Amino acid sequence: MIRLVLRRLGSSLVTLLIVSVVIFVAVEVLPGDACTAYLGRAAKDPTILAACRENRGLSTPAIVRWVDWAAGFVQGDLGVSMKRNKPIADLVGWRFRNTVVLALTASLVGIPLALVLGVMAGLARDRPLDIALSSGAIFAMTIPDFVSATVLILVFAIGLGWTNGVVTVSANAPILDLMSNTVLPTVALTLVMVAHILRLVRTSVIDTLQSDFVTMARLKGVPFRRIVWRHVLPNSLLPSINLIGLTIAWLLGGVVVTETVFNYPGIGRLSVDAVSDRDLPLVQTIALLLASVYIGVNLLADLLALALNPRLRTYRA
Amino acid sequence: MSIALETPNAAARPHRLAWLRDMVGRRSGAIGLAIVLAHVVLALVSPWIAPYDPVAQDVTSMLVAPGAEHWLGTDKLGRDVFTRTLLGGREALLITALASIIAMIWGGLLGMMLGLVGGRIDEWVMRVVDALLSIPWILTLLLFVTILGTGTVVLIFILGFSYGLTVIRIARAAALDIVTKDFVLAAQARGHDRWTIVNRELMPNVRDSLAVEAAMNWSWMLLGFSSLSFLGFGVAPPTPDWGLMISDSRGIMATAPWTVVAPMVALASLIIGINLAADALAKALGIDRSQKAPL
Repeated sequence: MIRLVLRRLGSSLVTLLIVSVVIFVAVEVLPGDACTAYLGRAAKDPTILAACRENRGLSTPAIVRWVDWAAGFVQGDLGVSMKRNKPIADLVGWRFRNTVVLALTASLVGIPLALVLGVMAGLARDRPLDIALSSGAIFAMTIPDFVSATVLILVFAIGLGWTNGVVTVSANAPILDLMSNTVLPTVALTLVMVAHILRLVRTSVIDTLQSDFVTMARLKGVPFRRIVWRHVLPNSLLPSINLIGLTIAWLLGGVVVTETVFNYPGIGRLSVDAVSDRDLPLVQTIALLLASVYIGVNLLADLLALALNPRLRTYRA
Repeated sequence: MSIALETPNAAARPHRLAWLRDMVGRRSGAIGLAIVLAHVVLALVSPWIAPYDPVAQDVTSMLVAPGAEHWLGTDKLGRDVFTRTLLGGREALLITALASIIAMIWGGLLGMMLGLVGGRIDEWVMRVVDALLSIPWILTLLLFVTILGTGTVVLIFILGFSYGLTVIRIARAAALDIVTKDFVLAAQARGHDRWTIVNRELMPNVRDSLAVEAAMNWSWMLLGFSSLSFLGFGVAPPTPDWGLMISDSRGIMATAPWTVVAPMVALASLIIGINLAADALAKALGIDRSQKAPL
């Protein structure tokens, strides 16, 4: 068991190391560097370009720069932004907190809702309730997030006037101020999240209902309610832990578009600003940061699944 | 005396286009294919049927509501929304189609090779692929855009590379499934080189998985490309493009909702259409892809 955990941990660390190398090497291999990207046309002037490269320390060998970057990252020193000339850690700090706030709110609403609806859909297989939920889920999964977010603003903020459409608070606002502004972003993210988890739980419940031990319990005359609670739920909800982990990782990392639509001051919008400013070091650091969050959350989900599901432990231990 | 000609038994071998018949026979497949076809045809003929010049600004008719003159109204620069919506999918369709082909070729070949070779190389390449896939896809795209800019060729390369990564996994899994089968062993025993084995033995057998993957890949890519356009890193204005139209008119949608509704309907319908068609294709080819959508 401990060996299994250590192995999983080690493989996560190796993946993270590779991510940092890949992000770094991509910039080295492709034409251009942080200075040419940032300066744009001004990079044609050799003196400006040389000064910038000198300033950013680009003349030192790549391997040294990578070690500096990666070691700094581990110690919480994320480097310096090109455009704002400020430590990236300062830029990222509040925004990352805001992204976490949004992700947690969406998870707290979305995960229980998804589990309940998924079980309901599974139990009502092919009946109207299931068909409504399943097709709604496919719809929510398919339409682009900026389309659904825009529709939400159009209907609930502009049409009905229930809440404000875009977030107007600054990045370092107190959490409560932030929360009162996040109704629509939360709804937008919850919809997608519920759709994914619901579909998995539904399939899982249907599979479990057809398993031998459920048939056995039925034949023994166990009441259906008890079958659902004691046999179906534990067995069908366990597989969803990993997907829930993936979903949370997605919420913490991939909601760039949704944050932009709602003008939410999170890490996703910061990355868009960074690309607009052609601030390569900032983009690289955000990419590495979000990849580590993704890897970390997946690791946690795997370990949790391992702790809760004894059957996984015998697998190639 | 008449001799009955021995005709090849048509029922024994499924018709080459049996999958298409099966697809159209399913409601989702028929609807999906119809939507996709309509989009492709419109993208092809739109320059000839569009009623207005898509980029001509007209200060005398800005933000005109939908009516007889302008069916879907005009935007803040007085450009006809119907015309721009008609033309707005051309760049997206062309770029994503080309990028899909690139993604399928390099991802598919590399994936099959890895499945065939196995061992250390396979292990390490897959580690790198997994590492790349742990960066949120939009950030991978944004990272490339920051380095390389947003020209059309660059976008095709970026999308083709990024979306090829998922293809590697699918192709590798499909190849691994087949590589232990007897006919591959037989080919190896006959002394065929790897390329011949990929071409003759592997390819026909992973083709179905790859076909479904290609369809799904295309829809993800459209989503990715429109997201880039929406964020301002895709098609350059004033070229009409749905993602760009939506982001351009977002600020005025309270007073002129028609400026965003038309491109949204167009984009959403295309992506839903591809998904429906891909789903039906998967069922027609007998490929199980229950819950397979990246977040």
